[in-house]
Amino acid sequence: MSQIGFWDILTNLIFATGWTVLLSIISFIGGGILGLILLFARIGKRKWLQHVVKVYTEVFQGTPLLMQLFLAFFGLGLMGINVSPFLAASVALILWTAAFLVEIWRGCVTAIPKGQWEASASLGMTYVEQMRHIILPQALKLSVPPTVGFSVQVVKGTALTSIIGFVEVTKAGTVLANATFQPFTVYGLVALIYFALCYPLSLSARKLERKLNAAH
Amino acid sequence: MPLIDIDALHKSYGETEVLKGIDLHIKKGEVIALIGKSGSGKSTLLRCINGLEQINGGAISVDGQQLINDEMHLRNLRQKVGMIFQQFNLFPHKTAGENVMLAQQVVKKTSKSDAEAMARKMLDRVGLGDKFDNYPDQLSGGQQQRVAIARALAMEPIALLCDEVTSALDPELVGEVLEVVRELASEGMTLIMVTHEMAFARDVCSRLVFMHQGRIHEMGAPEEVFTNPQTPELRSFIGMSH
Ligand SMILES: Nc1ncnc2c1ncn2[C@@H]1O[C@H](COP(=O)(O)OP(=O)(O)O)[C@@H](O)[C@H]1O
Ligand SMILES: [Mg+2]
Repeated sequence: MSQIGFWDILTNLIFATGWTVLLSIISFIGGGILGLILLFARIGKRKWLQHVVKVYTEVFQGTPLLMQLFLAFFGLGLMGINVSPFLAASVALILWTAAFLVEIWRGCVTAIPKGQWEASASLGMTYVEQMRHIILPQALKLSVPPTVGFSVQVVKGTALTSIIGFVEVTKAGTVLANATFQPFTVYGLVALIYFALCYPLSLSARKLERKLNAAH
Repeated sequence: MPLIDIDALHKSYGETEVLKGIDLHIKKGEVIALIGKSGSGKSTLLRCINGLEQINGGAISVDGQQLINDEMHLRNLRQKVGMIFQQFNLFPHKTAGENVMLAQQVVKKTSKSDAEAMARKMLDRVGLGDKFDNYPDQLSGGQQQRVAIARALAMEPIALLCDEVTSALDPELVGEVLEVVRELASEGMTLIMVTHEMAFARDVCSRLVFMHQGRIHEMGAPEEVFTNPQTPELRSFIGMSH
């Protein structure tokens, strides 16, 4: 067996990073779309729908992501649905991301002062018109920094999918560490890669926050 | 026939009854000042007239139309009765002009060009013709409140409800807003205003309504009410506000 050198480790890790990035993007976009749908149910006028979404978010926020991944992978398998680690990871992460985003966004909607609701109501706007023209545009602006900030959690969350056998950068790191007996080098590189992915995100979240505070 | 009819109006928040049977009949062109201690129910009364609060008993009708709490009826009511708030409540993400245009376009389905023409006219009317493109945070409190008045006027209401419209303003900005209100009154707009500006109320209003503990305690022409209060509560209230 030929020796695995530093550059081999690095190129393998960078290749696996592609999967981390892809899974992050899928989770974030999928979770964003689902979260938006759930948001409308959560802040809508139907009590039972609000309640359903509330229970949903509490379940997904109140259980470890790892358990959700296990359930998606083994649970669906037990039900006779054969899922690949990639599919199970995507499904679990989308559901998990949506549960957090819907709460973040709901917070932004409730942060809009009551006076905005009253002023628009007193001008004759209906609930849907108030939402569309007054509340959501302002909430959207508020939501950008925490949403970008949360994307960091999503990237780090993908690391757990290594446990159900999905080969993203953490899993690739484990394989390489076992093969090379250089766990410190390998995991050090893995950590650096995560940092390179996450730091720009948290930095821009902070920048956006400052910009938002400065304007209006 | 009165423009606004309020009969035996009751309003409670949970267990506490805040309005305990209000009867008030307001004719077109009347300018009513609602006065009374904090907590006496003045804001609640205004909010009931505008359908912002659901009433627990009695009846309100505006321009012959009973107040009914569904979206369509409320929409009709609110096009007839505008409201100005203590905190202005301008839409911060829209310019002054857009603030005045929005509800015309959304609620009345006015075309953009007509809404803009109306907005310019109304901003001119409150003396802010040159502020069309300014955002609320670029305006002083007095200017913001005048934009809020223009925004309500653009819906062409038959009455305006004003809830302490100068209370959040620095003293030097109170005058410019009161001037606009005085102008509206002289043009025949029906106004119901909660105010602590006693001199203004005395000067501009056709009727003074003194509220105490959720009831109309005394009312009448301003001169009469001020110079000859009938109840100890009103006497002490007038004494306090001097
Ligand atoms: N949303 C609410 N929930 C419970 N109590 C309220 C609410 N709004 C007002 N109140 C109570 O109703 C009473 C009358 O309030 P309000 O109409 O605001 O009085 P005013 O405008 O004369 O100061 C007060 O005791 C106040 O605490
Ligand atoms: Mg009040």
